[in-house]
Amino acid sequence: MAHVEFAQLFTGLILALLGATLLASALRRWWPAAAGGQNIIVETLFARINAWWAMVVLLSFAAFFGRLGIVVLFLLVSFSALREFLTLTRKRRADHWAMMFSFFIALPLQYLLVYIGSVGLFTIFIPVYTFLFLPVLAVIRGDTSGFLSRVAETQWALMLTIFAASHAPALLLLEIDGYEGKQILLIAWLVIVVQAADIAHYIVPRLMGRTRIAPSLPHSRTWEGFLGALGAGAIIGTALSWVTPFAPWQAAIMAIVVAVLGYAGGMVMAAIKRDKGVVDWSHLIPGQGGFIDRLDSVVFSAPLFFHLVRYFWT
Amino acid sequence: MLKKTIAAIAGHGLVLFVRMLTAPRTIWAGIEPIPRKRVYFANHTSNADFPVIWTALPAFLRSQTRPVAASDYWLKSRPRAFFGRDVLNAVLINRDRETRDASEDPVALMVAALDEGSSLILFPEGGRNLTEDPVLPFKSGLYHLARARPDVDLVPTWIDNMNSVLPKGEVVPVPLICTVTFGSPLHIAPGEDRDIFLSRAGRALAALSGRGDDHGAR
Repeated sequence: MAHVEFAQLFTGLILALLGATLLASALRRWWPAAAGGQNIIVETLFARINAWWAMVVLLSFAAFFGRLGIVVLFLLVSFSALREFLTLTRKRRADHWAMMFSFFIALPLQYLLVYIGSVGLFTIFIPVYTFLFLPVLAVIRGDTSGFLSRVAETQWALMLTIFAASHAPALLLLEIDGYEGKQILLIAWLVIVVQAADIAHYIVPRLMGRTRIAPSLPHSRTWEGFLGALGAGAIIGTALSWVTPFAPWQAAIMAIVVAVLGYAGGMVMAAIKRDKGVVDWSHLIPGQGGFIDRLDSVVFSAPLFFHLVRYFWT
Repeated sequence: MLKKTIAAIAGHGLVLFVRMLTAPRTIWAGIEPIPRKRVYFANHTSNADFPVIWTALPAFLRSQTRPVAASDYWLKSRPRAFFGRDVLNAVLINRDRETRDASEDPVALMVAALDEGSSLILFPEGGRNLTEDPVLPFKSGLYHLARARPDVDLVPTWIDNMNSVLPKGEVVPVPLICTVTFGSPLHIAPGEDRDIFLSRAGRALAALSGRGDDHGAR
């Protein structure tokens, strides 16, 4: 039954977070801040740890209500992410119907399809039907200035914040032999591996130095950060293989794939932010920016993870 | 009494609704949120501009800040009148110079509200801006107000992205994030010419427009 593993994982996470909170508190106390201010690394760590507490509490609470709870949780996350994305995209008055369609029809419909388990439809609804329908909505309002970029940016918003994100709750739909009722653990595993890779990418270069991957890439993209992210993801992913249907070596490969995708996702989303001239996607999570800032790597890795599991394990 | 209670509840409901819809972010760029008599003058692109500035203010300022609004719009129907007069506590102005009598002088009404201790929210462009320009030329009301009460802070207030949330002519708002930026207060110089003052105020407001793009600056 799922309950044993779920309780074990939950207890482990709570203990790990308690440990992390204690460690960060100790660092805050004993690691003197530069020039009387706050130590930026410790404060960032604190903000991350608080976000993880929120993720554990929210995911556990949602899991209590079964598939409906998980779908509603990710619907709300998608809504917040879509709002952040569409706030920054290029749009004109003529795009109002397309905006309304995105928020009030595409978003709830995609999650309804996930909830009722219509895999065939939820994997093509936004890439095919919405893709063809949105430009029609925009063009019948008659304004063609900047048309292609307006339509394309809106479609990008839907692809990332709704379509890709909805693949995380869709993991519940996978029917794996001997793994019935446990699929929620796959979501937890995915989020944990990606978050571990994320934090390693932040910390490892600060401990071990920075060798930039390429001059054309931003200075935060270092070999130390990349390999640290892969290593941390692989170690955590393998260590937690007991919650997944994967053998330990399979879990290691899956974790590396997920970590690489998450890393790439972070780079792509950072490029979009730079293009739009912002530091963070929004101000909605205190000290961390927006929902997309925290979840970009999960969103990027979810679809491929979903399809890999679906192809090889069902 | 009952009407007052309903109006207070509706006011809270409105703030909650605006928060959920647009999660407005407030940037105090030139002043602090302290209880001083002020005239917030803002760009106007949407019918939801009032509620957004209202929501952006902390509660203790909100209760003593009154929007200045056109009576021909807000008295058109009973629900609108209740909303404008009782919930927002608006100073209602008759825009039609032909029909209004001496007791309806807009500047006198605004000055009276200031003298009672209220702050005001004013849209000096006179109507909603549908052009590509950030700010339309201001009407003279702000100038007369500044002359009548030169000690009151005139605070440029930039509302960003509201024209995307609810463009003119649309009924259904979409939930995009808005930013409200309060800039440094202006005062009229002794003997300052009307057009010079109004264009100075307009530039001060337009100058805030760039900041709103930077949603995540910390």
